[in-house]
Amino acid sequence: MTRRIMLCALCVLMFLPLASFAQAQGNLEINTPAIAALQKSMQQRHADLAPLYASGAIGLASDGGVALRDAASVPLAQRARVNALIAAENADRTALYREIARANGHPEWEADIRKTFAQRWIDRAQSGWWVQGAGGWARK
Amino acid sequence: MNGFNRWLLTGALMLALAGCVTINIYFPAAAAEKAADRIIEEVWQLQGSATTPLPANGGAAQ
Repeated sequence: MTRRIMLCALCVLMFLPLASFAQAQGNLEINTPAIAALQKSMQQRHADLAPLYASGAIGLASDGGVALRDAASVPLAQRARVNALIAAENADRTALYREIARANGHPEWEADIRKTFAQRWIDRAQSGWWVQGAGGWARK
Repeated sequence: MNGFNRWLLTGALMLALAGCVTINIYFPAAAAEKAADRIIEEVWQLQGSATTPLPANGGAAQ
């Protein structure tokens, strides 16, 4: 009898790590006010960025940000504005990756989250947009 | 409780503990991809993930 109980306890113990593994594979917390605010700011900025993606002036960088790809395609008068847009977008993205890591209690995940986002921004980019891969810039 | 069972129980306990510790530092890549997709869809105003399913393991599961 004691042996039976112990076997049951053993089974439960063996599956404990699996259970927490499944939980860890669930969802990341992204519903915080800070993340929502960053999302909104990036969504509004996207109206300005979209034509620049389409013209190839800027592209999705491999580091999870955006980068100036073809400065020549931006009229001189517009260059300061485009650079400011890029800087603002990259600041928001960095803050977003940091906030997601923090909201999930793992600030050390920031680099992994950045890497994941970098891949997903590129995967989901519209055709015609420029993305940065291992071999440099490529048009989707 | 004989000696063998005691060792078995101790082993299982240690395994469970080690599991918990390992899980806590493990980066949930699939969950991060899902979170990234949700945010990207919001920022770029895309319609769901039906057009570009996750490459690794999300496609089969959904």
